[in-house]
Amino acid sequence: MTTKTLMKDPLNLIVIGAAGQGNVQISLLIGDALVRKGYLVTFGQTYGATQRGGSVTNYVRISKEVQCSPIVPEGRADIILALEPVEAMRMLRRYGNPDVITIVNSRAIHPIDITGGQAEYPELDELLDAIKRLSAKAWVINATEEAQRLGDPILANVILTGALIGSSTLPLDKESLEPLLQERFPKAFELNMAAFSRGIELVSQ
Amino acid sequence: MPDIDMDAPGTTLLLMGNEAIARGALEAGIGFAASYPGTPSSEILPAIAEVAKRRGIYAEWSVNEMVAMESATSASLAGIRAIASMKQNGVNVISDFLANLVMSGVGSGLVLVSCDDPGQRNSSNDQDTRPVAKWLDIPMLEPGDFQEAKDMTKWLFDLSEELDTVCMLRCVSKISHTRGNVKLGELPRTEHKVNFDADNRQRGRGARRHDLLHQKLDKARERFESSPFNRYVGPDKAELLIITCGSCWLHSQEAVRILNLEDKVGILKLGTSWPLPEKFVERHLSKSQKILFVEEIDPFVERSVMELVANLPSTGQHPTFYGKRSGHVNAYGELNPDTVIKAITTIMGLTYQPRDIEYEKEVEALSKSYVITRPGTLCPGCPHRASYWAIKNALRLDGRNGFITNDIGCYGVGPTAAGFFVGRNGYCMGAGAGMANGFGKLGQFSFNQPVLAACGDSTFYHAAIPALIDGIHHHSNFILVVFDNGATAMTGFQPHPGIGETAMGEPARAVSIEAICRSMGIRVEVCDPFDFKNTTATLLDMMAMDGDVRVLIMKRECELIRARREKPPYRVYVDPDKCIGEACGCDRLCTRLFLCPGLIWNKKTGKAEIDEIICSGCGVCVDICPQGAIIREAT
Repeated sequence: MTTKTLMKDPLNLIVIGAAGQGNVQISLLIGDALVRKGYLVTFGQTYGATQRGGSVTNYVRISKEVQCSPIVPEGRADIILALEPVEAMRMLRRYGNPDVITIVNSRAIHPIDITGGQAEYPELDELLDAIKRLSAKAWVINATEEAQRLGDPILANVILTGALIGSSTLPLDKESLEPLLQERFPKAFELNMAAFSRGIELVSQ
Repeated sequence: MPDIDMDAPGTTLLLMGNEAIARGALEAGIGFAASYPGTPSSEILPAIAEVAKRRGIYAEWSVNEMVAMESATSASLAGIRAIASMKQNGVNVISDFLANLVMSGVGSGLVLVSCDDPGQRNSSNDQDTRPVAKWLDIPMLEPGDFQEAKDMTKWLFDLSEELDTVCMLRCVSKISHTRGNVKLGELPRTEHKVNFDADNRQRGRGARRHDLLHQKLDKARERFESSPFNRYVGPDKAELLIITCGSCWLHSQEAVRILNLEDKVGILKLGTSWPLPEKFVERHLSKSQKILFVEEIDPFVERSVMELVANLPSTGQHPTFYGKRSGHVNAYGELNPDTVIKAITTIMGLTYQPRDIEYEKEVEALSKSYVITRPGTLCPGCPHRASYWAIKNALRLDGRNGFITNDIGCYGVGPTAAGFFVGRNGYCMGAGAGMANGFGKLGQFSFNQPVLAACGDSTFYHAAIPALIDGIHHHSNFILVVFDNGATAMTGFQPHPGIGETAMGEPARAVSIEAICRSMGIRVEVCDPFDFKNTTATLLDMMAMDGDVRVLIMKRECELIRARREKPPYRVYVDPDKCIGEACGCDRLCTRLFLCPGLIWNKKTGKAEIDEIICSGCGVCVDICPQGAIIREAT
């Protein structure tokens, strides 16, 4: 099910979410797995705001030949994995292109001016439609709800990691991530593996 | 965190630049590491501390950068290789010591690591520390990738010993805080032999020592001429020559690749940026008549090369320089591949279209209506929100136009909506206390506004004590408010002297802020900021007592630390029958003003709600609702 080589070189994955959502964990897991497979990986980050509520962007750049800049150049994302719908749109605005593949968690995180009622969050269905229009292929996944069903909303990250692997966009398969999940979550491996597998299933449906 | 003392030479790991620096220090056989937390430098010391015991190393979070640098110097003088790491602001803190240290020698290798934060994403300023190296004659390297972050650190210890002077590594956020492939080298088994030669005086006398320092710098320049950290890639004759260093080396290569200009544009990558290897640079200057400088933040290499060219015998046409002076590259903030592409295409008269133009139009049109801003705020359950709430209310009730001078840390949001706009004039560590102390001395000019100073617990030890003593001595009139959340929270919960544990996880004697303040004979109060009523009343009472220094310690643990240890204390929800929405007259106090991300306004029902996934269950919001509509149930 998985491509064993890079679709292109360098391959640019962007993982984006609101600060505190754990998007760094996903990127690290993927980055470590790729380095073990012999790729040159550059993993960069930019922060919107340091404290909770700001957005955090992770750039994972994969190559067989060069150590890339930690920042993806404009219009050059190949895969966008967004933990939040508005953040997916923010990334498409700067890095999108007609070939981009997007995986987005449909759960909205409201910034404080929206929770406070001074601004409005966009109509979710319209936003998700726009994301699909701007992507060659897009998967909308309710990872937070799926995670709650498995017992803990924190598992949303692992579900989305599963979805990313299931999307066959990276030169990684389920087996290459399994030992890393075991190392990261020695106490709750089974639960994390269940979440990971659920993520793979969700993009295969 | 990856296993940075993995004894497997040749293995490649995905390391953060800061971890690579720590690994380089281990490969150099260091015995002593000291630091004060500050983004983007904060990961170096913990990476060393984690393996310190098993490798026979001493590692500490010092009370401030000055103490870190001084301690590391002592270790060096006693024959132990030592590293002191800090962010750009820390280098300002140590500058007096450093300016004297350079006039003397070192013992074993002594390395200063400065991690600059171009664009000040996590800093109070956008400052380049490289001019310090030039100002104080310190040999300095700048890593251009992750492997170099490790290799340069290791080599700097040898260089420091060879030259008998402190050496500096200048890193930037996009190396320190990003990750890439690093191939591990050998780890030595170092037996540290300690001896300080008590008969040894500082070498040389007076200004002679300055001359000696210049000789050391000349020797460094010679060594840099053949350094593998400097190299040229590109054609023999180039239409454009880029001179670059640091993470801009990666951005520049990428820009040239994207534009397919490998056979037209050459890149001269400098790793030894002070002193410049003049002969090496001179040899490559002839590659092109057009030279573009790409570096973050100041035109440091740019000016140094211009100085160099000015001193060359005039043999024909002078090259044209492009960079910060010409406006092709910003002299502030962070750069990226796109900024380099823009500079190259402007100079060479090329056009560059990053993506399909129809797509560009569509994405602009759609994103305009869908992309919203995401302002930062304090975390759900943060005790600082409660502290600021009490301060805001007390200042309003007092009615004399009082204010609180700001400081560095999570409570730095004081001047924003998240701090209810009460904070004023934040500068640097400890400046909150220093500024308040100054305002508090203006009584003879009929200054009568109440003055409060913000100060974190870690900041108190770092830099607030002298201002406090000065204020007491001079009868200044202000209240020092210590936001004591039991951690250096902003930079990742590092321990400080108030906490009973060291960086190496050893038990330590906690130095009490309250005891220090009480020992000075002033009024000291301790409040739980979650107790709004008592905190506000105490503040009002302290403000009424004009004419002396007073200290209020707002004591409550950082919510993120509490949440790691135990489950939420409460389940919090809004009773929809009690919340009467806009009819209340509170004007959405909970969601519009208090600004906890866990409180949300439901436009459809016209009532407040709790987002149970975000809510930390602290329950403090129960006390702000005038209708008693927010309910907490013990879990």
